[in-house]
Amino acid sequence: MTIREIVSAVHGEVVCGADRLDENVEYAFASDLMSDVLTIKIDGFLLITGLANVQSVRTAEMSDVRYLLFARGKEVTGEMRTLAEDNGMVVIKTDYSIFKTSGILYGAGLKPVY
Amino acid sequence: MRAEYDVAAGDFTRAGYASSAIKKTLKQLGVSPVVVRRVVIAVYEAEVNIVAHSYGGRITADIEPEGINVTLADTGPGIPDVEKAMQKGFSTASKEVREMGFGAGMGLPNIKDNADELRIETEVGKGTTLHIFIKF
Repeated sequence: MTIREIVSAVHGEVVCGADRLDENVEYAFASDLMSDVLTIKIDGFLLITGLANVQSVRTAEMSDVRYLLFARGKEVTGEMRTLAEDNGMVVIKTDYSIFKTSGILYGAGLKPVY
Repeated sequence: MRAEYDVAAGDFTRAGYASSAIKKTLKQLGVSPVVVRRVVIAVYEAEVNIVAHSYGGRITADIEPEGINVTLADTGPGIPDVEKAMQKGFSTASKEVREMGFGAGMGLPNIKDNADELRIETEVGKGTTLHIFIKF
């Protein structure tokens, strides 16, 4: 699924990485628990989270997560955005809940990590 | 090659700074991405632990041709029961730490999972030192 298709499916807004919307992603993982994200062994997945702080972006950096989707209309601060840009991530936000976001994207063919 | 980083207690906005710097260095040195990731996740978990639990500490990374040795030494309360701390799900983290998405009792087990060698020296009331070795 391309990032552009994901943005469209969740009526999202691209916060940064708008030049990379044609990239493909195969897997997604939804969690507010960064400790759980750090145990995932694959890279390049889409992280769906409601935890909007600088540590969620840091965790994405450490886990080689290239695509971040903040649910429930969470604000992405300037500091979070800078860190994401420095690490070449695409950041999207949506007003939908994690449940709705995950349901839509699962239905559209994104695969679960587990 | 040696790199050293100071880690301040409670400063979550900077937690990950040292791990990020080590990641960039290892990538520049052409270390395999799979190994870089194991190093970075182990060091990041330990760095978050210093921020979350100690009064401050220092990370020393020694990069050799055969692998990386990382020593994470803090002054702090120490770990009264290391065996218990190594169990998945056991945590003494504060509400603030949990709000940052950590403190689920997964850090030390995940460090062990990613490291080739993990040694923990700790003294109650003084502090904790982790020695992590990962082969290239």
